[in-house]
Amino acid sequence: MKNKILIGLVTALLLAFILSPFASSNPDGLDRVLKDFGLEERSKTVLVSPAADYVFPGVKNEKLATGLAGVFGTLLTFGFAWFMGKKLSKR
Amino acid sequence: MHIADGILSTEVLVTTAAVSVGIVGYSLKKSKGQLGERQIPMLGVVSSFIFAAQMLNFPIVGGTSGHLLGGMLAAALLGPWNAVLALTTVLFVQALFFSDGGITALGANVFNMAVIGVFTGYLVYQLIEKVFPGKTGKTIGLIAGGWLSVVAGAFAAAVEISLSGLLSFKVAAGALLFWHVFIGIGEAVITLVAVTYLEKVFGAGFFQGVKEAVISEK
Repeated sequence: MKNKILIGLVTALLLAFILSPFASSNPDGLDRVLKDFGLEERSKTVLVSPAADYVFPGVKNEKLATGLAGVFGTLLTFGFAWFMGKKLSKR
Repeated sequence: MHIADGILSTEVLVTTAAVSVGIVGYSLKKSKGQLGERQIPMLGVVSSFIFAAQMLNFPIVGGTSGHLLGGMLAAALLGPWNAVLALTTVLFVQALFFSDGGITALGANVFNMAVIGVFTGYLVYQLIEKVFPGKTGKTIGLIAGGWLSVVAGAFAAAVEISLSGLLSFKVAAGALLFWHVFIGIGEAVITLVAVTYLEKVFGAGFFQGVKEAVISEK
């Protein structure tokens, strides 16, 4: 079972690290609509995120910064969800 | 499909946040005590998988891109209540650490993707699985449910944008649905491939245990 979890997590990490730097940088459907109607200017920054827009801080190489942000986020998500599962399983 | 801070009106933000808090709270209640020791990590695996997949924008027509939302994917593997929790975790991490989706818009984004996306997809998936039992039904169900989950999420976003007084409902829905009809096709294909892959790695029966445990009443 431990192996299977590892396979699942490693698959996610590889997707995030290897493929994310090559993802399309075109706006997604919602951003496109907001852009088309001039509404994206309304967006503002309320919270300064450590790796805003999936750029890992302090890394110069763009592709590497994205890939590392992907690894960072995948691990964070795994950790938060695992923690929640642990809490939920306690009767 | 992540809405940034500053876009929607305060009324819409507060309303969607309240509804999302209610549904996430109910999902926590439904899941509590139902996850077995071996099944806990699955929440982690599925959530992290969705986080990674959401980064992978694929180009569609007209200089626009889309990415997996994963509501159908999570619901097919873990059942709808755990899927709400998995998607909410992803959206929380994205808003907090990556400025992907505003922190004040988290409620709206949870509503569109973790609630509407999960339940519309799951209901259609279940219905189709009942009508066509076996592998055929599952395949058609994942494709139809995946596609609908994205289109329905876009529809919800259109309602929020029009209620915020930014665009008329007709214009907002027309524009958002146009792009998401295409993005939904990507969602359907990725959902089918990912569910097949993950069930192969873990065994379908394993996920079945998680799903049934959570869906059936105590």
